[in-house]
Amino acid sequence: MTMEKRELTCIGCPLGCNVTVVLDNGEISCITGHTCQRGEDYARKEVTHPTRIVTSTMTVEGGCAPVVSVKTKTDIPKDMIFQCVRAIKAASVKAPVHMGDVLLKNVAQTGADVVATKSVAACVPETD
Amino acid sequence: MQAYDIVIIGGGPAGLAAAISARENGISSILILERDKELGGILNQCIHNGFGLHTFKEELTGPEYAGRFIQRVEELKIEYKLNTMVADISKERVVTAISREEGLTRIRAGAIILAMGCRERPRGALNIPGYRPAGIFSAGTAQRLVNMEGYMPGREVVILGSGDIGLIMARRMTLEGAKVKLVAELMPYSGGLKRNIVQCLDDFGIPLKLSHTVIDIDGKDRVKGVTIARVGSDGRPVAGTEEYISCDTLLLSVGLIPENELSRGAGVNMSPVTNGPVVNESLETSVDGIFACGNVLHVHDLVDYVSEEAAMAGKNAAAYVHAAQQCSDTDKETNGSQAQAVLHRISVKGENGVRYTVPSYISPQRMPDRLTVRFRVGNVYKNASICVYFNDTCVFRRKKRVLSPGEMENAVLKKADLEGYDGLKEIRVCIEQEGQEGA
Repeated sequence: MTMEKRELTCIGCPLGCNVTVVLDNGEISCITGHTCQRGEDYARKEVTHPTRIVTSTMTVEGGCAPVVSVKTKTDIPKDMIFQCVRAIKAASVKAPVHMGDVLLKNVAQTGADVVATKSVAACVPETD
Repeated sequence: MQAYDIVIIGGGPAGLAAAISARENGISSILILERDKELGGILNQCIHNGFGLHTFKEELTGPEYAGRFIQRVEELKIEYKLNTMVADISKERVVTAISREEGLTRIRAGAIILAMGCRERPRGALNIPGYRPAGIFSAGTAQRLVNMEGYMPGREVVILGSGDIGLIMARRMTLEGAKVKLVAELMPYSGGLKRNIVQCLDDFGIPLKLSHTVIDIDGKDRVKGVTIARVGSDGRPVAGTEEYISCDTLLLSVGLIPENELSRGAGVNMSPVTNGPVVNESLETSVDGIFACGNVLHVHDLVDYVSEEAAMAGKNAAAYVHAAQQCSDTDKETNGSQAQAVLHRISVKGENGVRYTVPSYISPQRMPDRLTVRFRVGNVYKNASICVYFNDTCVFRRKKRVLSPGEMENAVLKKADLEGYDGLKEIRVCIEQEGQEGA
């Protein structure tokens, strides 16, 4: 029997509760220190399959701004963060972009879509 | 001269929430003045998620959080002017603003809400020797360049200061392909939120060197490297601990300062601790009819609290305008001055670990049934209690497992308690360790 103790800082909210997870042969036997259900869910997930929402920017063509902010609509496995960002960087979108538009489907085979988190209007570049 | 019931200086999270609240409290004539080309303020460059958990019970990115408020402002048809820089606010509440379209304009305001936010502490405030090479940015400037302008400020990065923007930028630069070598923090603890240390540093194996600072910047045209050293308990670098780190970029995340030039110009009394205005329970400054909220008042940790506070400011400014209008009607009827009831004013002080409180004064007659007093602590405390004293009586005690300077704390005061306490002169908020009582 191997007992392992993992000390985590919950990232569910700014409280940053210190959560202790005791693993018994890789199985969670005890979670303590959390102050809400979200904390327990986070701890369970963090020791089994950690995930993150990824946010970045994508190049916009013909827009009022050169880039638009984006995010993965759902969280993706932590070890896929870089593949996801590379896919976003390789892509571009034509203005106008509306907040919530799906810009990439199933990014890096994670099952998550990349959506715009801001609107960028189409724009004729200003001539000074 | 143009005239509005309420003029709001700044169209960021504080200004937007204040405007919405003022409108919902019956004010139709509202104007927001924003110097940038769009509403939303700093949220527009905060593309990471984690905003709005308290307000919307979901995790939004900065632009999305701002978007919800902007949409509401549009729905309520609240007027705003973009690309408009306020140059001056007078004690008599005349706002002087400049824009390309309208030139110089003067606007008379029934009430003013200060919502200008804050500014980053620059290199010049740090006393780091060395030339002035390219490659030194405040973390927020780098954030704007990467997230809004689409530029990468550098490839090999050292970050000084572990405030939230520094931590967020450590991750952002890493994702954009830069090598972030380390984050150095002068204090023995981070000034940022814990979740940001986990998600932005730990996730990417970026070392956080506590009690370390940059003591030299190398490079004449472009940063070539920095020398870091450990600092002792006296705050001075310890000889022999110097380490040279080659890099082409140094980001500074060394604190935020409320942007109060306009407030000072209007003659508003300032707090030397927060660098923001001194306010009462209504978030009104020392100048009649000028209110303040958000980061211009004191630097917040979460935007949710900014919105909450700003909504209070909006509501209170609306009440002020209504009262002034009623008063002037009465004046016309009675054709004379009306003696104003003298308000009983109780001072609120932070003590023993509590650096400041907002508000600094409370008039029980004017406070809402429940008033949130916000403050920050000056050190890291474990298993300590937040205590509130009325004169010498402890009336509130809440145990906290951790208190840290990076996070804003609060205590809620009840109107009934203040009114029910005879001879209340002073309210003190303090931190008490276990087994310690009194102050």
